[in-house]
Amino acid sequence: MAAYLDHAATTPLRPEAAAAMLPWLTERFGNPSGSHAVARAARTAIDEARDVAAAALGVDPGGVIFTGGGTEGDNLAIAGVLARRPGPVVCSAVEHHAVLHAAAATPESRVVPVLPDGTVDLDALSDALDDTVSVVSVMLANNEVGTIQPLAAISRLVRRRAPHAVLHTDAVQAFPWLDVAQLGQPADLIAVSGHKFGGPQGVGVLAVRNGVALRPIIHGGGQERDRRSGTHNVAGIVGLAAAMQATVATRERTVARARAQRDRLADALLHEIPDTTETGDRSVKVAGNCHLCIEGIESEALLVLLDDAGVYASAGSACASGALDPSHVLLAMGVDRRRALGSLRLSLGHTTTDDDIDLARKAVPDAVAQLR
Amino acid sequence: MKVLVAMSGGVDSSVAAALLQQAGHTVVGATMKLWGGESDSGCCSVADVEDARRVAQQLGIAHHVFNFTDDFDRHVVASYVAEHAAGRTPNPCVACNRHLKFDRFLRRATQLGFDAIATGHHARVGAAGGRWRLLRGADAAKDQSYVLYMLDQAQLARTLLPVGDLTKAAVRAQAAALGLRTAAKPDSQDVCFITRAGREVFLGDRIPLHPGRLVDEATGQDRGKVAALELVTVGQRRGLTDHAGGERRYALNVDLAAATVTVGTLDRLMDDRLSLVQVSWVDSAVPAGTTVLVQMSAHGRPVPAVYAGAGALEFADPIRRVAPGQSVVLYDGDAVLGGGIAAGGEAVG
Repeated sequence: MAAYLDHAATTPLRPEAAAAMLPWLTERFGNPSGSHAVARAARTAIDEARDVAAAALGVDPGGVIFTGGGTEGDNLAIAGVLARRPGPVVCSAVEHHAVLHAAAATPESRVVPVLPDGTVDLDALSDALDDTVSVVSVMLANNEVGTIQPLAAISRLVRRRAPHAVLHTDAVQAFPWLDVAQLGQPADLIAVSGHKFGGPQGVGVLAVRNGVALRPIIHGGGQERDRRSGTHNVAGIVGLAAAMQATVATRERTVARARAQRDRLADALLHEIPDTTETGDRSVKVAGNCHLCIEGIESEALLVLLDDAGVYASAGSACASGALDPSHVLLAMGVDRRRALGSLRLSLGHTTTDDDIDLARKAVPDAVAQLR
Repeated sequence: MKVLVAMSGGVDSSVAAALLQQAGHTVVGATMKLWGGESDSGCCSVADVEDARRVAQQLGIAHHVFNFTDDFDRHVVASYVAEHAAGRTPNPCVACNRHLKFDRFLRRATQLGFDAIATGHHARVGAAGGRWRLLRGADAAKDQSYVLYMLDQAQLARTLLPVGDLTKAAVRAQAAALGLRTAAKPDSQDVCFITRAGREVFLGDRIPLHPGRLVDEATGQDRGKVAALELVTVGQRRGLTDHAGGERRYALNVDLAAATVTVGTLDRLMDDRLSLVQVSWVDSAVPAGTTVLVQMSAHGRPVPAVYAGAGALEFADPIRRVAPGQSVVLYDGDAVLGGGIAAGGEAVG
């Protein structure tokens, strides 16, 4: 028995994606930048995938840039805009490191605090904005605690207070759960990553609208309309598109099922484990995120015991060595350090079963009891 | 037994894990991430964690990384800095063994349901008459029992030191025979968190370093200056001798309050008494009047002394004065009896 509850880290490849990719890993091939029939066939596959991605993200096909994943998309959004239009970069304190570190690498970044539920403090955001600001980056949903940001309200503030700024949203965690084509409308740039919604790893999209110009961060043959050079990852792109289609087609059902499973899991753990708090507010969280802070234990030890019990979970974000660092997200939300040490993220996905939930409902309290 | 092996990414702990596995134990590896700052000795680097992980993969055992940087900062680095600020010369490896490997790591292992921990130290754990003994490693040149003197019965009962029976050459041969990627990895050197920039830069970034005057012990004459009193170690000769001929001079005492280093000739450095604080015993305390062998540095030659009780040692032949803060370990033959810290320096608040 095993329960994989780390879908926010990576979720299994969807069968539709595997089926779409397989020909491109076997008999089909071709460099989409070429001119002959083999190349044209690969080009066609890419362009069809582009149409799918455009529809799923609510942009024109010309606004779809295939990238090497979410981190590249975030970096391209920030560095690519900044190179065209220098100015301060504004982001929330709970962004993924792909945004935080990309912003920190610019001449001036302003990090905006969040409220205890993890949503951006709009007053503080307003104070951080002025007409010199170049990029504002606020994620649609958080990777650790699942909080959904009020992007429409953020956009209104940005348009009013920083009229020249480009609004980027990291929608990597949002895509499996939220209608990004609709909720992402207020943003100029949207980054997603294939492996978070059942596509392969190492491929993503940065969607561009409103004619926002980007300078490439990867130089070369000028693919993707001179915005992202490098031979296309045809199998990956085709797989990403198939997974997008499958995700969008089943999203409502997946969300409903996962929400019920998550609620059942979180309620049970909160009931069975004393001195445990749920992080964030379920009404502004994605359906697949269950995040708890368990007092008196350390996440590192808990994860080892859960691993032994066949429950695969995570906590915080791992650094290069694989060691857990105290979560910047929890600290930004005002969770005290002692409670943040005992954090646990159980993230559900498209393959999560009721048995997974049952196993976790038993294994987590057992592990906590052993540690306490 | 279920054993958690502390795998540093070096050859000794790699072989320790392999030997325990061969002996039929259920083995899991774990690497402690201890130092979050700059390092060029390689210790705690991502490359070391990777080496440990790759060895674990090769052995087919699970491998975890534990982030103990906060504990290391507090118990090892901060204390190293504070000791220097108080005019002592600490031994951070001893502090790390005391607070990290055989406390934090051991407690974590116990929590996780392991029966014992293992490390790659060159020393041996023995049992006699229902008591645990800590013995020198088989390879005299690589013996590390000195840095383990703080281990007590409860810790030794749950500690395995699988390479202690082997010479370093045999450990490397084992690693090579098993095809472990760490077989030819150089031994770690020096203090893991001090970069090539040196101790002076490390301490200078963290505490104010004060200049001081050198005062001749015999004549009271001014003998020059030092840039940083906190970097002078009792017994040190380098940088203290007049170049205009004269006898070699050694640091006899560092007085931070007076901003002076008393210097003198070698005979004035010699002493036949040594007082220890924070004394601990592997088993029960030895009775006053017992003759013991005393080792005053990691690879120092043990010399006989009488333990006079209450941390006091009396030497038959005078020894060079031991810098306050240094670990001093007492042996009976190859067996560690216990040890303590050379007294002196200023109180740390």
